[in-house]
Amino acid sequence: MHAEAAIREPLILGHRTYHDITNDIVGPIENKAPRGWYVLITIAGLIAAYGVGCIMYLLSKGVGVWGLNKTVDWAWDITNFVWWVGIGHAGTLISAVLLLFRQKWRMAINRSAEAMTIFAVIMAGTFPLIHMGRLWVGYWVFPLPNQFGSLWTNFNSPLLWDVFAISTYFSVSLVFWYIGLIPDFATIRDRLTKPGMKRFYSILSFGWTGNAKAWTRFEEVSLVLAGVATPLVFSVHSVVSFDFATSVIPGWHTTIFPPYFVSGAVFSGFAMVQTLLLVMRKVMHLEAYITKKHVEYMNIVIIVTGSIVGVAYITELFISWYSGVEYESYAFINRATGPYWWAYWSMMTCNVISPQLFWFKKLRTNLAFTFFMSIIVNIGMWFERFVIIVTSLHRDYMPSSWTMFHPTWVDVGTFLGTIGIFFTLYLLFARYFPVVALNELKSILKTSGESYKKEAAHHHHH
Amino acid sequence: MANKVIYAVYEDPEQLKDGARKLVSSGVKVKDVYSPFPVHGLDPIIGIKRTRLGIAAFMYGIGGTSLAVLGITYFMIWDWPMNIGGKPSQALYKNIPAFIPVIFEFTVLCAAHGMAITYMIRNKTLPGMPARNPDPRTTDDKFIIEVRTADNHGHSAETITSLLRTTPVFEINERQY
Repeated sequence: MHAEAAIREPLILGHRTYHDITNDIVGPIENKAPRGWYVLITIAGLIAAYGVGCIMYLLSKGVGVWGLNKTVDWAWDITNFVWWVGIGHAGTLISAVLLLFRQKWRMAINRSAEAMTIFAVIMAGTFPLIHMGRLWVGYWVFPLPNQFGSLWTNFNSPLLWDVFAISTYFSVSLVFWYIGLIPDFATIRDRLTKPGMKRFYSILSFGWTGNAKAWTRFEEVSLVLAGVATPLVFSVHSVVSFDFATSVIPGWHTTIFPPYFVSGAVFSGFAMVQTLLLVMRKVMHLEAYITKKHVEYMNIVIIVTGSIVGVAYITELFISWYSGVEYESYAFINRATGPYWWAYWSMMTCNVISPQLFWFKKLRTNLAFTFFMSIIVNIGMWFERFVIIVTSLHRDYMPSSWTMFHPTWVDVGTFLGTIGIFFTLYLLFARYFPVVALNELKSILKTSGESYKKEAAHHHHH
Repeated sequence: MANKVIYAVYEDPEQLKDGARKLVSSGVKVKDVYSPFPVHGLDPIIGIKRTRLGIAAFMYGIGGTSLAVLGITYFMIWDWPMNIGGKPSQALYKNIPAFIPVIFEFTVLCAAHGMAITYMIRNKTLPGMPARNPDPRTTDDKFIIEVRTADNHGHSAETITSLLRTTPVFEINERQY
């Protein structure tokens, strides 16, 4: 049997048996939901409904109800798109990249992080679609035979690459997530006694049997999907960055964008995972599985990616001066000192300075502080996209067209609405789906469980 | 004599492997093993070959690459070449840098979905399929070895059971079928 060094901190606290793990994860699904859940889903549902209303209004009136103008023709819409795609990067990073690196701590958090990814990517995909104004012709983004003389989509355009990148990312993440869920749905199916619920999970479990060959195939599929999903994760946000980097707008036309966007995405994605998990572990009593150590590991990822983002900001600034292109350097001086200075400095404070506090072990193992920081990072990352998009556009080459962007209530409502829809979906997931990958946790119980590790160490001494 | 199926229930994957090893070394053929999670190192003991799903995924991926190259060549070079920002549209090899992202994404799309569908079909896990695990506890905390007397003419049910009793088995169930 695979043994683990005694000095490694346990990933499952206290004494747990396989059956305890099933009880702890499936229990909340069987029992009545706590009152807090009803309160939260009502709030989230109302915000979601308001968002849907704003989107309907937008579709009926046209994109003109947003605050976009001739100079700033991309603003909150694309900011929100990039923000949501970025958040959607942690799930597949956790489940794919950490699987390839054999990081066992991923097993307690991958399921919920992937759910978050899927919901975030749905929210992201909403923005380009509604930005078209005519949602019903959204399928035009695909190269389908048509009667316009067979006019094809433009494969030279990063916007089309985005279509392929986002739809591949969404569908592959969904499949990866669901394949992992099947054996856990089978656990719920075999445990429940109420016929209606049993039938529901029986359908979801696709008749999973758990025989030896099925598990061999399961592991192969997980490994290969992780292998193909890893470059996919990096490609998706690289392609999103190409939407800007391949243009000729000062402030966008930057070769540093792909790695800078990818690390920013991982940074914000992990922050959102922290926001969600810190609440979930408390409410669903998962403290034994999602431990302080897990939170600390994620905070370490946040320091690393936050520092990469910081270096990228400073490099960008340096290059804008060093390149000798005056438009480029003006774009950056204007960001820091122009009318949008507050957005720039909010971004700098939230993304570059504040994550450095995690170098202190006291702070990165403090749950309340981590929760606070996770919100700060997500605010910072929203500002990053806002700064990149709006400050680069609002001062055109021609000073007579210089202007500011003022969001309308529809801009605000649409953005808040997506947050509402996201939380509604996540709350439904937390209520009805196994929020931790049961089968994976069970496989590490006897090597990484606290009581088993102690027993092994004890055994070793005699 | 009616055929019998014997289920040896274990509580730990290592004990299950010991049991399987004992059976196989005594010449008993193990029909299958059911477990709540993958038991590493079990496959060589009970003679399960490595899955070829990885090869399948590679083939689907190559298929995706070819289809993407073919499609893009048709759309952008043959059917309706356009001058977009002066990018060369006369030949694929000149325009290919701009096509790499889509070719890559489509390769991943085909490899991942092709593999996932093959996996579902091979595992018989599809919407509406019935569960076939012999005991509901195998998805919770029990590990079961299934032995059929029909596969083991040299051994009676009694000899197999007594052999199993020498291992740390939790319980043994027999069924006629």
